Amino acid sequence: MFEHSQQIPTASEYPTTWKRPPFIRSPWLRYGLYLLALCYLVIGFNTVEINWTRVSEGIPRGWIFVSGFLAPDFLSRGGDIWQGIKESLTMTLTSTIAGIALSIPIGVGAARNLAPMPIYLTCRSIIAITRSFQEIIIAILFVAMVGFGPLAGFLTLTLATIGFLAKLLAEDIEDIDESQTEAIRSTGASWLQLINYAVQPQVMPRLIGLSMYRLDINFRESAVIGIVGAGGIGATLNTAIDRYEFDSAAAILLIIIVIVLLSEYSSGYIRNRVQ
Amino acid sequence: MLHLQALTKQYATGDLALGGITLTIPAGQVVGLIGPSGAGKSTLIRCVNRLVEPSGGSIYLENIDLTRLSRSQLRQARRRMAMIFQEFALVERLTVMENVLSGQLGYVPFWRSLLRQFPAEAVGNAFATLDRVGLTDHIDKRADTLSGGQRQRVGIARALLQNPDLLLVDEPTASLDPKTSRQIMRLLTDVCAEQKLAAIINIHDVALARMFVQRIVGLRYGQVVFDGPPENLDAAALTMIYGAEDWTGTMQEADWGTEPYDQLDPMTQNRLVPA
Repeated sequence: MFEHSQQIPTASEYPTTWKRPPFIRSPWLRYGLYLLALCYLVIGFNTVEINWTRVSEGIPRGWIFVSGFLAPDFLSRGGDIWQGIKESLTMTLTSTIAGIALSIPIGVGAARNLAPMPIYLTCRSIIAITRSFQEIIIAILFVAMVGFGPLAGFLTLTLATIGFLAKLLAEDIEDIDESQTEAIRSTGASWLQLINYAVQPQVMPRLIGLSMYRLDINFRESAVIGIVGAGGIGATLNTAIDRYEFDSAAAILLIIIVIVLLSEYSSGYIRNRVQ
Repeated sequence: MLHLQALTKQYATGDLALGGITLTIPAGQVVGLIGPSGAGKSTLIRCVNRLVEPSGGSIYLENIDLTRLSRSQLRQARRRMAMIFQEFALVERLTVMENVLSGQLGYVPFWRSLLRQFPAEAVGNAFATLDRVGLTDHIDKRADTLSGGQRQRVGIARALLQNPDLLLVDEPTASLDPKTSRQIMRLLTDVCAEQKLAAIINIHDVALARMFVQRIVGLRYGQVVFDGPPENLDAAALTMIYGAEDWTGTMQEADWGTEPYDQLDPMTQNRLVPA
């Protein structure tokens, strides 16, 4: 017993300070990078030109816009606004549903753990193509192809939904708990049964959440792509601003805000319920 | 009933998990497969139902060589070999009943499983099996609301719904407390005796294995180094399987553990050992 305790060093022989090892080991590299970042920041700030006279001239013009908001006019362009909102909501809902319907097979095909290599590569390419352009650029393309109006908007948003939903769904499928898949596979289940019993229950809450989220992104996007001619409330907003009718524009923006808030709250509620 | 002939498995990383295993398991025999971590226990049972593809050798279930089956033949063969998992591998968001009925997936067409319209006989069998494992009160609960012991009972019920001839059991008790472990092992060996099932049970707990199985196979570095009744598993044999260590504790616990329990199962209020 006594012998044993002699072998253990007393507390005073241990170091009493400890520091977390730094992320970048070499001090030269570490401080060099700090210095470089600092230089870049200083040079960057020096190149920014601020024209104070333009800022001061801009303030009153901005004020006209803001005062339009203080007195939004819902009525004088009421018919156009109502028409635009209806068009946008139709566009949003139809494109989201079409997008979800197309995303599910593409998403399943783009999941490495379920799809064979050729299908995986095809589906990943579809996703990459639909994701490579911003909505506005796709909208311009579709307006050129099918003409002005909500059809172009519907096509744009459907494509954008595929890029978003199929990618996130595929990644969610790749992250599922493999032991559950293994268990269903070991019962002798077919591929479709495997999807239905092992994959779907695991990804469904996230798929519903993402779909709700995409619904409200699509509504916001519908307002933006309207500006390039793809119909909906965006077109109405664009006309109002072009005619300097800031009071009508303000009314439109307020309606957009209210609809986005509503869909935000309802999608949050639904996402909580499906966990 | 199951015969492994010179079964080998080399992983893509070059690790030789199984180095030519030859093993015969007659119908209705319960075999405990023991060995240190990495000895190839898990690989062995996953090779049998080809969740892991063997690299060489043959596996005969009756007279079918499982290593030469096509996809659809493999699905048919898998129905006869039910698997039970360490982390239970239940589909968390499905109900207990859906999990149990998923054992029938290899027998029913896709539309029946999709609409949850299983044949009346299967549903009756599921209710009876749930009663046998003592889960009658939890049928419509989601699997993720159950305790560890209850989940493993669902896992056993799912396996039984496959009407198997052979159970492949991977560490059934590693996630359970000692008492629940014994209850689960007892349930497993009892149902094997009732339904005349053969079983390979991977298990770390040597004392538990000695208590419940008729035959013990010891693996080390992918080779069978022990094969015999539990009585023959002495300190020398354990050293051969696991390496040198003081084994007296393990041996004593086993002796103490063979005494029958005379108490009630807290869930089912059944006597744990039938009188």
